[in-house]
Amino acid sequence: MPLNRAFVGREYPAPDTYEVGREHLRQFADAIGDQNPLYHDPAAARAAGHPDVIAPPTFLTVLGFRFGMSSPIVDPDLGLNYALVVHGEQRFEHHRPVRAGDVLTSVSRVADIRNAGRNELMTMVTEVTADDERVATLTSTLVSRGTAQQEA
Amino acid sequence: MPSYADVEVGTELPAQTFPVQRQHLVMYCGASGDFNIIHWNERVAKAVGLPDVIAHGMFTMAEAGRVVTDWVGDPGALLEYGVRFSKPVPVPDDDRGAQLTVRGTVEEKLDGNRVVVGLTATIDGDAAVLSGARAVVRLS
Repeated sequence: MPLNRAFVGREYPAPDTYEVGREHLRQFADAIGDQNPLYHDPAAARAAGHPDVIAPPTFLTVLGFRFGMSSPIVDPDLGLNYALVVHGEQRFEHHRPVRAGDVLTSVSRVADIRNAGRNELMTMVTEVTADDERVATLTSTLVSRGTAQQEA
Repeated sequence: MPSYADVEVGTELPAQTFPVQRQHLVMYCGASGDFNIIHWNERVAKAVGLPDVIAHGMFTMAEAGRVVTDWVGDPGALLEYGVRFSKPVPVPDDDRGAQLTVRGTVEEKLDGNRVVVGLTATIDGDAAVLSGARAVVRLS
């Protein structure tokens, strides 16, 4: 079943702020096997000019899972079957590094839903801010396999 | 950190090979919050037509990004990073796992001491698992 195109343009503010903690940054860095001291050691981070340990460049993917239940993806009216979904593309623009102590606010927007052959591509853009300062923009494209409406 | 003046289009970053084993996926599930069952349950992964448990695309993206952040030293210098996931990374239940090899090359020099790095990521020596992978970093 094709995705409901009426969702394009809708915005989904995260229902809560997200507090970035040192231990979670260390845990995430350990999970990707990265011992860069700027992820682990506040003194090393400060020596490099950061106020505290910073996040690996892909860390903000955690927001999507923390607030997954308020995403359009789980809205039955969208018509997305998660078993048919694969991650197609991901892009991060970092306006400044994420760091321990940040209290992040995020808003996701359904930017586009379009056909690509037999598949549909759904692109979401998430703006992440901390105290009204722009922190990052995430663009992620999900592939809904085989759901495109076929021309007769 | 490499200096902008010393970097040319075509400069190669040190390549790295990362092991991707079941344990890494379990750790990544916990750290990221992505507990999609295809990343840890072989029975279900095979039932939905996958060859095996597959790595999180975002895990592969994170590993590939290390070639850039290890090169610059300060990951805060990474301004943009984007990839397309062109092929899944199956992770067998053995002591070796998959071997992910990542190479980076400077493709363009921009203003403001920024450079564009193009990345390739292959598993076990041949299959490309990312396409259009690019990072923009600010050098000194």
